[in-house]
Amino acid sequence: MLKKDLEIKSPRNAYGETLVELGAKNTDIVVLDADLSCSTQTCKFQKAYPERFFNSGIAEQDMMCTAAGLATEGKIPFVSTFAMFATARCLDQIRNSICYPKLNVKIVATHGGITVGEDGASHQALEDISYMRSIPNMTVIVPADYNEVKQVIKYVSEIQGPVYVRLARTNLKTIFDENKYVFNPNKAVKVREGNDVTIITNGETLGEVLDCAQLLQNDGISAEVLHTPVIKPFTAAGDVIESVKKTGVAVTVENHSVIGGLGSAVCETLSENLPTRVLRIGTPDCFGQSGEQRELMDFYGLTGEKLYQTISKYLGKK
Amino acid sequence: MENFNKEVRYDILKMIHAAKSGHPGGSLSCVEILSVLYNKIMTVPSLWKKSPDFISRDRFVLSKGHASAALYSVLARRGFFSTQELMTFRKLGTRLQGHPSTRTNLEGIEVSTGSLGQGLSIAVGIALALKLSNNPAYVYVLLGDGEMQEGSVWEALMSASHKKLDNLIIVIDKNNLQIDGDTSEVKTLEPLDKKLEAFGWSVKSVDGHNEDELEKAFMQARESKKLCAIIANTIKGKGVSFMEDAAGWHGKAPNDEELRRALEELNA
Repeated sequence: MLKKDLEIKSPRNAYGETLVELGAKNTDIVVLDADLSCSTQTCKFQKAYPERFFNSGIAEQDMMCTAAGLATEGKIPFVSTFAMFATARCLDQIRNSICYPKLNVKIVATHGGITVGEDGASHQALEDISYMRSIPNMTVIVPADYNEVKQVIKYVSEIQGPVYVRLARTNLKTIFDENKYVFNPNKAVKVREGNDVTIITNGETLGEVLDCAQLLQNDGISAEVLHTPVIKPFTAAGDVIESVKKTGVAVTVENHSVIGGLGSAVCETLSENLPTRVLRIGTPDCFGQSGEQRELMDFYGLTGEKLYQTISKYLGKK
Repeated sequence: MENFNKEVRYDILKMIHAAKSGHPGGSLSCVEILSVLYNKIMTVPSLWKKSPDFISRDRFVLSKGHASAALYSVLARRGFFSTQELMTFRKLGTRLQGHPSTRTNLEGIEVSTGSLGQGLSIAVGIALALKLSNNPAYVYVLLGDGEMQEGSVWEALMSASHKKLDNLIIVIDKNNLQIDGDTSEVKTLEPLDKKLEAFGWSVKSVDGHNEDELEKAFMQARESKKLCAIIANTIKGKGVSFMEDAAGWHGKAPNDEELRRALEELNA
């Protein structure tokens, strides 16, 4: 399942390329963007099928409702811009015009999380998953690498109903082998087996958590790593409970606020089924700031090394 | 038609009275607009979702979703569903939600609205989809004048103009009132016609209670192959003297005595 050789690839490219592949097979697929098509990579679709690409200009509210109208007529709209503007800016439109009528609109947002980098807090979506997770009918998916993004985009094009897919700006280490990994929306992916602690993560922090797990292993601590791409509905709940039953310790790691995202989903699951103390690692209740991607990951404690330090300390005290 | 409109006004008042809530003012102001659209202008399917002519039907979007009582009545009286169902308006379990919803599968409802400023963008999406599918149907959108204060309406006006959507026709129910008072006092819209023209729309102002004027304006809009906006000058609460031009009747139900007086006036 895991890729052996080192490869760094852009999840955004995976999105753009997959859209072009899907667009060839299904002429109902249409794409909307709000003046960021080169950043989101929907420009690839625009080049291939200009008549099915609509640039709304810098008008996200208009874009979301236009997508709702296209879906009303049976089209399958993929709507893209930065996660910041794809969620908070047009939350009412998503709630009332897309999710309430359960329309088949696929919101694929890029530049999620702190790793937007130098643009700073105004562009760093740290609450987007929280917003999207709270709306009825919405499915929320946070894939981890290039190969998984390709499968997720194909998957969401085949299911009915609104979906929010969150992608990172960062080029990421490819974790999953394109020939062996099969995306399963109904399960957690056990990326690493262990007995001492369960670390639950998704998206771009999966690579960091795997680095952290290796460092813990050097100290004789065996970490089980669960990747939970589908955060709503939280289909990984059963796998999380099973793993935490075994290890007795739960840690969540996400490139998002600790409020309302993966950490919350895990706490909701465990508090109702297997009350367990949970260490939530993410950005605390705060806004981000400018900096280079790696600097910011380090500052907010999300690199493999920083995760190792935090989790080691936590396990020592426990 | 006069009788049809009278029946619709009756329904609106009785429905809102029975529900003890609703929006009589903005429902009564758009009766003639809806009546002309559904009786004279729009191609209406013989059976909702089930007949072969369904796909080529003209689409209607009630962007001012709070005028739902008027739309429900017109739909029922055009045979989309039973007029008996009208009295379930706003009650628990009803298909006639406070604001139109597709979730309840009510025949005739194309889109869910209620949060203002979204219907026109949805209609832009529908118009684009119709063009992609070479479907000759038109999309009609009814907006409130107060609703024009929502910035997203102007985003959509710009989109429609940029995309040259000649299959989209908008009508603004200009009753000059909103919840907090006169639109000119809350946040002025004027000069509305010039603003629309500046956004690339061809504008026609009519008496929104004069069916001949409305019909002519809609026919011209269809034939013009231009982006057309119709400003329908109306009276909020039209038909009931004590509701006319009174902001207080935006979202208030008549009590028993008020209903009796209102129906009596309509009958006179």
